[in-house]
Amino acid sequence: MATIQSIANENEPHPDVALVERVKSGDISAYDELVRKYDRQIFRIAQHITQNREDAEDVMQDAFLKAYEKLDQFQGNSKFYTWLVRIAVNESLMRLRKRRTGKMVSIDEDIETEEGTVPRDLADWAPDPEQNYTQAELAEILRKTIQGLPPGFRVVFVLRDVDGLSTEETAESLGLSVPAVKSRLLRARLQLRERLARYFKRKKVPREKGVKSDVH
Amino acid sequence: MTCTEFLAMLDDMIDNTVSREMRADLQEHLNGCEHCEVTLNTTRKTIEIYRSHEIYEMPTNLRDRLHKAIMERCKKGC
Repeated sequence: MATIQSIANENEPHPDVALVERVKSGDISAYDELVRKYDRQIFRIAQHITQNREDAEDVMQDAFLKAYEKLDQFQGNSKFYTWLVRIAVNESLMRLRKRRTGKMVSIDEDIETEEGTVPRDLADWAPDPEQNYTQAELAEILRKTIQGLPPGFRVVFVLRDVDGLSTEETAESLGLSVPAVKSRLLRARLQLRERLARYFKRKKVPREKGVKSDVH
Repeated sequence: MTCTEFLAMLDDMIDNTVSREMRADLQEHLNGCEHCEVTLNTTRKTIEIYRSHEIYEMPTNLRDRLHKAIMERCKKGC
């Protein structure tokens, strides 16, 4: 029987390796554990790419079913989660293509944009700026802001900064090169910062002649 | 160090992947450049806000429904 021992010998094996092995030997409850462990993240990634709730639900279901079907192909030389994300990204793109028939949808095209490469808004933000908004308002601001980014930037930002994947893992799950991930991440971070500045920057204290301000 | 050079290292600075010498150079630039300090701090804050707020919450009933569907399909043989 083929094993993956040769790859994982040096480091402590990831806990998912044992779960995957259990699934392969017919223990379906182990797969349920994997599903529960990662469903939120997969749903989030699908939402970020498709920007459609119904599609995200379908993607999540299809991605987990496909991963189960293909589990024999999972070699264990990458993390299970990275492998799963790759399936979910492909499913999301397929869904997106169906909706936008005739329009190419890709996350690997490099978007030529100057926006965000040079910071323009240099005003400092208020301390704890998110506290000026209700949870619902803040969620809306964050959604609207990230939705304005090209899909390839959004997904790199989410995988690297929200999910906490490494640059290499992000590159692997998206089928991108490491330099491409790095370049997108910088631009995504700077563009989001620039766009959020309009909500979060410190308000200027109005100074009118003859009016005494209480603010010091 | 110029602002452009600083900006090129911004991600490494945020991700803490710079050498000690480079960090000292970056810090020296920061001490004299308010614009880059604001850019660094607000970019860090941007990441922190997105990390600490779930913007696409998955409702529990959806979770349960999808789990059931997945487990049903898998039991029948996917």
